[in-house]
Amino acid sequence: MRWLYDPSQTQQTLSVKLLNMNWPLVALVTTIACVGFAMLYSAGNGSWHPWAERQVVRYLVAALIMLAVAMVDIRVWLRAAYGFYAVTMILLIAVEVRGAIGMGAQRWIDLGIIQIQPSEFMKIALVMVLARYFNGMPAEEIRNPVKLIVPALLILVPAAMVLKQPDLGTAIMLVLGGAAMFFLAGVRLWKFAVMLAVAGAVVPFAWHHLREYQKNRILTFLNPENDPLGAGYHSLQAKIAVGSGGVFGKGYLSGTQAHLSFLPERQTDFIFTILGEEFGLVGGLVLLALYAVVFVYGYAIAFRSRSHFGRLLAFGITTNLFLYVFINVAMVIGLLPVVGVPLPLVSYGGTSMLTVMFGFGLLMSVYVHRDVRIGRYGEAET
Amino acid sequence: MKKSNGRGKTLTRRAMVLAGGKVALLAALAGRLYYLQVVQAPKFSMLADENRINIRLLVPPRGLIVDRFGVPLAVNRPTYQAVVIPEQAGNINQTLDAVADLVPLTEADRRRVLRDIRNHHSFVPIALREDMDWNEMARIDVNAVDLPGVSIEQGLIRHYVFGDETSHVVGYVAPVSEQELNSDDPLVELPDFRVGKSGVEKQYDLELRGTAGTSEVEVNAFGRVVRELAREDGIAGDQIVLGLDMDLQDIAMRRCAAQGSASAIVIDSWTGEVLALASAPGFNPGAFASGLSPAQWKALVDNPYNPLENKAIAGTYSPGSTFKPLVATAALEAGVITPDTEFFCPGEYHLGNTVFHCWKKGGHGTLSVRRAIKESCDVFFYHTADLVGIDRIAQMANRLGLGVKTDIDVPGEKTGLIPTRAWKLATTGVAWQRGETLSCGIGQSFVSVTPLQLAIYVARIATGHTIKPVLVRDDGVMTAASSVATDVSHGFAPMGVQQKTLDVIRDAMYGVVNEPHGTAYGARIQDPTMIMGGKTGTAQVHHIAREIRDRGVVTGTKVPWKDRDHALFIAFAPVAAPRYVCSVVVEHGGATGGEGGAVAAPIAHDLLLEAQKRDPARRVPAVPFDAAKLAQG
Repeated sequence: MRWLYDPSQTQQTLSVKLLNMNWPLVALVTTIACVGFAMLYSAGNGSWHPWAERQVVRYLVAALIMLAVAMVDIRVWLRAAYGFYAVTMILLIAVEVRGAIGMGAQRWIDLGIIQIQPSEFMKIALVMVLARYFNGMPAEEIRNPVKLIVPALLILVPAAMVLKQPDLGTAIMLVLGGAAMFFLAGVRLWKFAVMLAVAGAVVPFAWHHLREYQKNRILTFLNPENDPLGAGYHSLQAKIAVGSGGVFGKGYLSGTQAHLSFLPERQTDFIFTILGEEFGLVGGLVLLALYAVVFVYGYAIAFRSRSHFGRLLAFGITTNLFLYVFINVAMVIGLLPVVGVPLPLVSYGGTSMLTVMFGFGLLMSVYVHRDVRIGRYGEAET
Repeated sequence: MKKSNGRGKTLTRRAMVLAGGKVALLAALAGRLYYLQVVQAPKFSMLADENRINIRLLVPPRGLIVDRFGVPLAVNRPTYQAVVIPEQAGNINQTLDAVADLVPLTEADRRRVLRDIRNHHSFVPIALREDMDWNEMARIDVNAVDLPGVSIEQGLIRHYVFGDETSHVVGYVAPVSEQELNSDDPLVELPDFRVGKSGVEKQYDLELRGTAGTSEVEVNAFGRVVRELAREDGIAGDQIVLGLDMDLQDIAMRRCAAQGSASAIVIDSWTGEVLALASAPGFNPGAFASGLSPAQWKALVDNPYNPLENKAIAGTYSPGSTFKPLVATAALEAGVITPDTEFFCPGEYHLGNTVFHCWKKGGHGTLSVRRAIKESCDVFFYHTADLVGIDRIAQMANRLGLGVKTDIDVPGEKTGLIPTRAWKLATTGVAWQRGETLSCGIGQSFVSVTPLQLAIYVARIATGHTIKPVLVRDDGVMTAASSVATDVSHGFAPMGVQQKTLDVIRDAMYGVVNEPHGTAYGARIQDPTMIMGGKTGTAQVHHIAREIRDRGVVTGTKVPWKDRDHALFIAFAPVAAPRYVCSVVVEHGGATGGEGGAVAAPIAHDLLLEAQKRDPARRVPAVPFDAAKLAQG
């Protein structure tokens, strides 16, 4: 196979790129997506309708997009980063404006066949734009706090807008994802300490600006049994579902919590409860293990990449995926407040599927173009 | 390149740090899952079951109430209710139109249905029309195909076969009240559960209720029943057999109702069983089970005949002359008179400056106790009462069952009042007056008793035993094989009144009915084997009424109904071996404004004659009544 693949070659043919795809990762992603289909089939009370069938179609479309993204040269993505970010930002503002004019809070734009949530795309756009920013920055500049103002704004402006929508979960994801990029880029730890201190000072102010339901969610997170029929209902019912699953679960399609509608949002953010209830501890751990393998792949791809941009991008996307998984599962099983973060590849939802698969596409692109060396401005280095 | 290498190393190092953090967080998730799904699994399993499993109570069929021969008095009638399940009905207005073509459906009904539909989940059945008869049910059932979502629900509703004729004895059931909710029985929480509110229904409510069944159903988060997991049918309530003889009760009720406001009681004094307990007018007890309309309630409350009161046990009346045999008994037992003691009756009696009249203006002349009772001479009893004194009268009255509760097994009994010196001093602070003894001696003044006490009093005179009344027959329905009482052997202790005293009183009461000049001579029973003895009474309602009558100004129906005297009669039969006793009180003299002998005694005549003809030793139905069959409808 060596004749097909020349690591020093910066231009590969499409067929070579396809061969160079990380197919085991594709298989892994598909496996997790299939777990999602099975869960949505169960959520629909043993029916492909209304969720599972549409999710399959979405996955297939998203998989094609992933492949396409993977085929595009990594340097194109580097150069497109600012533009991608800018477009996403405009969409975010558009949503905001329309929401202000229209009927209150709206998070999505209706494109007819699909409704997209710009805030979801922002998660990827932020990783891309920060990877590019830090790629173009030598180590000594990173030490200069002034140079961090621009990337900090790149994070905080969209985060603030998303928070205002209000979408606490996505805002947290953006801030944490961005902070991870800062960390990976080598920003000194004391600066994080300063940021943390500032954030701490802002908390009372921010608390004041949270919507009532968001405050309730955080308060009842601390003691959900206090208000079992009110704000604590979601998290308590979710815990009952998962906890009653026991070690091996109640069996596929036999979850009483899910099928008797005690679980709210069971097809979207709380899909993990069905898995926990029907397949128990074993099912939950298997899914977490599958995700863990995906993260390992992500790390391997990052380490294998010869470009700083590629590594930053791969680490950033993997970290983002991790945040999705962790925040979602943690909120479902009562470790975190209910903030509204989907479980990647499994939760029902078009935008999140698209975003996650776009992320995988970028990850694959890093893999396919792992030996491409990239200069600070996206030019090929030798 | 060097710089890049530097930041590359930083990146690698920090990525590893992040990876470590991620591993730790994933481990936290795994640990949390372990905690929830292994450590706390039992707790959450229980909570999940509590979520999904609802225990629903099934109302058991209420026990039947039957008379001594098994004739059903209170049964459970199937009731049909048309319900609609909105989500299956499609266009609800069309459905309502279609239903309205088949059964009456008012505009108010439609508004209620539409409001109920708005206020409930669409899978909750909404009542279209309740308590339909069989014809209406059949009309809807036959057209079910054209009525999507409409179905018939069957339930049981309490039905009183004889309606108002047993309304006071049997009582009625009604929805559970606020106070009754504080009960250990979970049944009381059910909306279609009914509890006994009066009569036997109330007294034996717990026995009649039965035990709730349970249906374990799986429900979803909206409360919709998904399926039934387990079902345990309840235990039907016990059947209660009354000592009542419904045929006798029927006669008693008709005769009383004809007099407007009246009550009558027949007791088998050998067993204490109440054969008839009539209080007229009655009311429709079934109306309470489904809920009384305000208009119905107002009509009942405003009725001057007071149909809701069970006059037989809760009406208190001056006993009038029916009290005289008691005073005589007390005097004979005290030894202040003998059967031969004579007093002269000039028509009035002077005590100090006060004049006490005899009802007979010219007086009775010289007479002893027998004729005094027979002709109901007031003056004789003024003398006698004065001699024996109020306290000894009261003592004997209590001994014979007056002024004390009879402890009959039906709620609402009144005590009445037999005054004593101590009572008056304690109540009014004024000492007892001698003149009051005289008034009490002819059953007026403070003395008040219930018709049931009068019946018990005559039963004790007639038998010499401390008879107690009882509504429920412990021996169950009478059959040809049932043992029949042959004498006063029902565990009733002798009263300790001398036989010769009782003989004198009974003989006098024989005279009242069976000899010319007796006050109830017109009501005597001709059949020599069934002869009754008795005593008439007229109870003053207003003192003025008596004075007016004495002056001969107005009598009978010319006095306003409310001001007329009550007519009373107590009786026993057969005189040779007294067994059946009867007391009759016709309020305000009934339709004709007559006295005890004219109005009340004929009722007692009919009842005691009938009771003897129907003596259970002779009468047992050829075919026992199949109560169970009737309950099934």
